[in-house]
Amino acid sequence: MSDTTTDLRQEVTPPKDGFEVVYQRPDSLNDVQFTYCPGCQHGQVHHALAEVIDDLGIKNRCIGMAPVGCSVFAYEFFDFDFISCSHGRAPATATGVKRSEPDSIVISYQGDGDLASIGTAEIVHAANRGELITVVFINNAIYGMTGGQMAPTSLPGMQTSTSPRGRDTTIAGHPMHVCEMLQNLKGVAYLARTTAHNTKGLLKTKAALKTALKYQMEGRGFTMVEVLCGCSINTRRTPRASAEWIGEEMTKAFDLGVFKDAGKE
Amino acid sequence: MSQVATESKPAAEKSWLPSGLQLMKGNHAVCAGAIRAGCTAYFGYPITPQNEAIEYMSDALLDVPNGVFIQGESEIASINMVMGAAATGRLAMTSSSSPGISLKQEGISYIAMMELPCLIMNVCRCGPGLGNIAPHQGDYFQTVKGGGHGDYRLISLAPNSVTEMAQHAALGFELAVKYRNPACILTDGVIGQMMEPVDLDAIPVVNHQKPAWAMGVNTTGRERNVITSIFLDPEEMGEFHEQLIAKYELIKQNEIRFEEYELEDADILCVAYGSVSRVVSGAVRDLRAKGVKVGLLRPITVWPFPYQAIKKHAEGKQAVISFEMSWGQMVEDVALATRHNPAPLHFVPKHGGMTFTPLEIEQAIEAVRANPRNSETLWEPS
Repeated sequence: MSDTTTDLRQEVTPPKDGFEVVYQRPDSLNDVQFTYCPGCQHGQVHHALAEVIDDLGIKNRCIGMAPVGCSVFAYEFFDFDFISCSHGRAPATATGVKRSEPDSIVISYQGDGDLASIGTAEIVHAANRGELITVVFINNAIYGMTGGQMAPTSLPGMQTSTSPRGRDTTIAGHPMHVCEMLQNLKGVAYLARTTAHNTKGLLKTKAALKTALKYQMEGRGFTMVEVLCGCSINTRRTPRASAEWIGEEMTKAFDLGVFKDAGKE
Repeated sequence: MSQVATESKPAAEKSWLPSGLQLMKGNHAVCAGAIRAGCTAYFGYPITPQNEAIEYMSDALLDVPNGVFIQGESEIASINMVMGAAATGRLAMTSSSSPGISLKQEGISYIAMMELPCLIMNVCRCGPGLGNIAPHQGDYFQTVKGGGHGDYRLISLAPNSVTEMAQHAALGFELAVKYRNPACILTDGVIGQMMEPVDLDAIPVVNHQKPAWAMGVNTTGRERNVITSIFLDPEEMGEFHEQLIAKYELIKQNEIRFEEYELEDADILCVAYGSVSRVVSGAVRDLRAKGVKVGLLRPITVWPFPYQAIKKHAEGKQAVISFEMSWGQMVEDVALATRHNPAPLHFVPKHGGMTFTPLEIEQAIEAVRANPRNSETLWEPS
């Protein structure tokens, strides 16, 4: 724990009357409110990522890539250097940053439209080069920021504002399975797909993020954690129903698990 | 603003430093000059006629301390790699040719908005479309008027010799760092491919230091550095625009460069940049030998553009002639410069990727001299 964290503990909750702080905002997050919608898991994933960064004690080495999409303002929330990238190009910008600052820990935070549609070339080649970066891939099967258009990961039959009759795979193709696509590339050290819709999923997400960041620190290769999330606003579900949809429907289309683990080969 | 310090170590101690008098291609010279000027990172994608640049860097940067070279998966990836490297304070560079430069435009717009110094070289070929690989100047508008989306300007240098390719790499980085703005070398296959002797030792050696605004491992507990191009609040964006505009005005005040050739007593003012200016200067020399009073003004910076210098030199002239390997792009800036001058403006183009011959230039000048309102070349907005 850094000095800042200790100071905050004393300032926010003086340890008296038998109380002690057992849970608080991670040091790697700024003291600002998230701007995400109700039922969105960006906040939980931000929190999990920040906790892992705190645990590893690497905040001062972290440099973040903010994507285009709902998490475009990720740099407002994390308390370390950040750059906001152009749509889909975060892995390329991350490459420029990491190669220039080899001691930094580079985190590219991207959504499904950013990573699996407009940015497919950049993610594939960054992975293939074995760039020492960690990609946090938020797959919520929809374009959130622009108002609910079909994503490359939208499920077959899924209604969106650009597939109002449901995603027809004969017209729009099939959901893009990025972990499965990348797992055979030799530059990849770690690939996992987790969920963020419940506590169990978040704990697994946190563990996967920790492994990914550790592997980056160890110079093993490219690392990515794909997190299945929901967008309750644009899928017109309540936050609870959206979370249930992730657990019941998205996990049917997207297998959970570790697709590659260089530490176990 | 500048973080540049002149290197005190003798150059001879650095075996990786391009040095000495060398017979070089322009595409090689620009890279040699860039490395002397402190460039340690290059990202690019092969495209003719600039492949010598990426090839040179793929070897030379491996010997430069902390040098970074990546052949990107595309021009788009390459400019975004430049963005990342520049955001860490590196002097980073990319090069390409017209279609590839078109692909980079979104990234260049972001970089301009982020105020990241970097150097982009465009060895312009003939377009539109895939066009051909012959020398052309059809990317003038794209370079000097912005190119990507939104309001911004690139510091744009137009070398006309292999030596200037090396010099402009250094100047481009110097100005980019000074003003925190991307700089561009606008050239073509003539300058990129031809070989001339270059005294590399005359190019300044710069030991570039990481600026305070740059991202990186935070060892000092400094405030975090955030680099962004997004300002959702129009009022905030408006304020930032004002800052950018003020910077561009400062660049216009300080950095206009041009060359005057045989202008003192000239009756006819020629304007040409880059490789075309070489042919025009030859024609001017030949005509002078015949007693024809003609001179050349060569913009060295095409942005900022030497409007006032052209206006001044157009005073009292029989005519002004703009020579360009395009359908007429720089001529619009020459027209802006001379809009209050009574001298008629002529435009002499060269199409398709063909280059001017000195004879063609001389004939065009003679025709205007015989009839300053010669309708074959007289230029009017239309």
